[in-house]
Amino acid sequence: MSAHNPLKPSERMRIPRQESIEQEAAIRSINFLEVSFGFDEDRALRESQRCLECKEPYCTDGCPVGIDIRAFIDLVVQKDYVGAVKKIREANYLPAICGRVCPQESQCEEVCVMGKKHPPVAIGKLERFVADYEMKHDLFTPPEVKEKRTEKVAIVGSGPSGLTCAAELAKMGYRVTIFEALHAVGGVLRYGIPEFRLPKEILDLEASRIKALGVEIFTNFVVGRTATIDELFDEWGFNAIFLGTGAGTPTFMGIPGENLSGVYSANEFLTRVNLMGAYRFPANDTPIKVGKAVGVIGGGNTAMDAVRTSKRLGAEKAYLIYRRSRGEMPAREEEIHHAEQEGIEFLLLTAPVRILGSSDNWVRGIECQKMELGEPDESGRRRPVPVKGSEFTIELQTIIEAIGQKPNPIIQATTPGLETSRRGTVVINEKQKTSRDGIFAGGDLSRGGATVILAMKDGKAAASAIRDYLTGLTAPQT
Amino acid sequence: MYPIIDRKAIAPTITRLEIKAPFIARKRKAGNFVMVRVEEGGERIPLTIADGDPVAGTITLIVQAIGGTTKLLCSKKAGDALLDVVGPLGNPTPIARHGTVACVGGGVGTAELYPIARALKEAGNTVLTIIGGRSKELVILEQEMAACTDRVFVTTDDGTYGRKGLVTAQLKDILDSPGGVNAVYAIGPLPMMKAVANLTRSYGVETLVSLNTIMVDGTGMCGGCRVTVAGEMKFACVDGPEFDAHTVDFDELMMRNRTYVDLEKISDTKHVCRLTGQVQEAHP
Repeated sequence: MSAHNPLKPSERMRIPRQESIEQEAAIRSINFLEVSFGFDEDRALRESQRCLECKEPYCTDGCPVGIDIRAFIDLVVQKDYVGAVKKIREANYLPAICGRVCPQESQCEEVCVMGKKHPPVAIGKLERFVADYEMKHDLFTPPEVKEKRTEKVAIVGSGPSGLTCAAELAKMGYRVTIFEALHAVGGVLRYGIPEFRLPKEILDLEASRIKALGVEIFTNFVVGRTATIDELFDEWGFNAIFLGTGAGTPTFMGIPGENLSGVYSANEFLTRVNLMGAYRFPANDTPIKVGKAVGVIGGGNTAMDAVRTSKRLGAEKAYLIYRRSRGEMPAREEEIHHAEQEGIEFLLLTAPVRILGSSDNWVRGIECQKMELGEPDESGRRRPVPVKGSEFTIELQTIIEAIGQKPNPIIQATTPGLETSRRGTVVINEKQKTSRDGIFAGGDLSRGGATVILAMKDGKAAASAIRDYLTGLTAPQT
Repeated sequence: MYPIIDRKAIAPTITRLEIKAPFIARKRKAGNFVMVRVEEGGERIPLTIADGDPVAGTITLIVQAIGGTTKLLCSKKAGDALLDVVGPLGNPTPIARHGTVACVGGGVGTAELYPIARALKEAGNTVLTIIGGRSKELVILEQEMAACTDRVFVTTDDGTYGRKGLVTAQLKDILDSPGGVNAVYAIGPLPMMKAVANLTRSYGVETLVSLNTIMVDGTGMCGGCRVTVAGEMKFACVDGPEFDAHTVDFDELMMRNRTYVDLEKISDTKHVCRLTGQVQEAHP
């Protein structure tokens, strides 16, 4: 036990897990402000004192990027919040983002020893607290870059994997340039995650900290179109390239009626709202249409974001239609809970059969059938099986399909020799290396749809692999 | 920012803009488009690249002021700048040596057709151009087309210039003439392209159309541009924008394109107060 926390383990265990301050569900479901305001200093200090400072800190093993959690919490105990966030940033350059969107309950907090008998230490909320503290008091200073290197690395895509890879390489002293297709940085953090979970102001600040490391960012640059990968090597003189273009292409179910007006992919719906600011139409020009009754198909985080957004845009009835049961939903528990609080109606064990249209080609409803759970499938979850004769119809004016995304095909189609899988993902080895020399990849582009933190883990691993690759190129041949 | 180097009104409501965008100018090919966002808070809209100069680093856009964003764009002057221009997007037009080709442009679609007609000519085709417009002043690029293709026919709906009637009447005459044509490229309003498709289908002549759809990003992310082609779902931005005209479900696309008609009216007539940020109806 450190000298900083005077409490005995039994005393620490008696402190209840601190709850963060949240907007009330009735109010927040009609605004786009952040749902959770996080911890204040008192709560953060009390929570930090719950940490048992285990000799074997399982929490760090549970963290995909290996943050020294015990050490940062000890700094919180000492009220050295800036020291704490610096400690986090050694392993994770985007703490204000991860403190908000990471699924801590299935990572660091799941293995927290306190969690065996009591609720685990609120590691995520503490991470967010120190990051927000530094932001609020404007205390950020970029880490010192010890040696400058001459090699140039291109990062394609400014989502979580690209930003992390860029930050790690810049810290190692490489010259890093990020190419982003959209007009703003962040990738899925920008177009996918709503303002009420991750304010754009926070994203802008985190991005400015990447720039503070000397990273150059080109927006409006579609690699594969504006310049190809081979041109980035041959004409722009990059020595290595990291591909982090994510999984941005929506998939559709393939049921009748999907091209009716009023049917959106979750990507289109969220991009209109988050990237283009359609929730402020007509002050912003991009329109969006939300009917009185909205149905969102899917059970992941994207589905939760879409259905909660539709409620905020004025839907009187917002349904989540999911073919398995609540327990199989891939969404984070916190998001499911928040959705329930906000009055989202869950139609579980329900699968859409066809979308019904009006004579003027607008959605008027959806026909569904009830499902029951059968034997486990290859994902380990019990396979939903249709119940005969259970068809029923719901009246809806808007339908949003959130059934998953796949990688955008532009780079794969314009880069000879880049091996892809049948699912369209880029094939990599355990060191994030693709089939092409000098090209690395990570995040959803190689995983096919995962989390922000796993994308960051890949970005970090790729940065190390790129360093090894570039060092190998310059090492004397023996 | 992407500066406007030159601006010229070429017809009532139609403006030609030369825009500095060196990376795009280097790479663009006939059939490519760009996504443009004029200013903060604005929409992203797709616009086909009409021409480009890789040495000067400029691209040419020809824009008809029909909605809020295009009106704003057409009101810009040389020396102003556009906030975002990204591209070149979409697949370039497949340019092959067919023999004799008819290029059919309707309204501002003629601007999109221009680089294609030129590329087809350069590839060794005999190119017959049909330019259609509602009336004389909306017939654009006649001289430019005359300079780069073999023959130009003009039709106007009201008969104020050229032949009175629709482009399809002229095209039918060409299809019926000895030798006919080996391929047709048609770009214009959806009803026009549909009519061309129906006509050439009966002649069995290969026909390509370029589809204007709802788009948000233009890079394959949103799926707003989905169209049914040969019974399959395609994204106009990455699978197109050009498709075999005989397999496109035009009726579905025309209905999809009406999705935001009522909201576009609001957006078109709104006035955002620069002082308070409040949105008001514009004065008539």
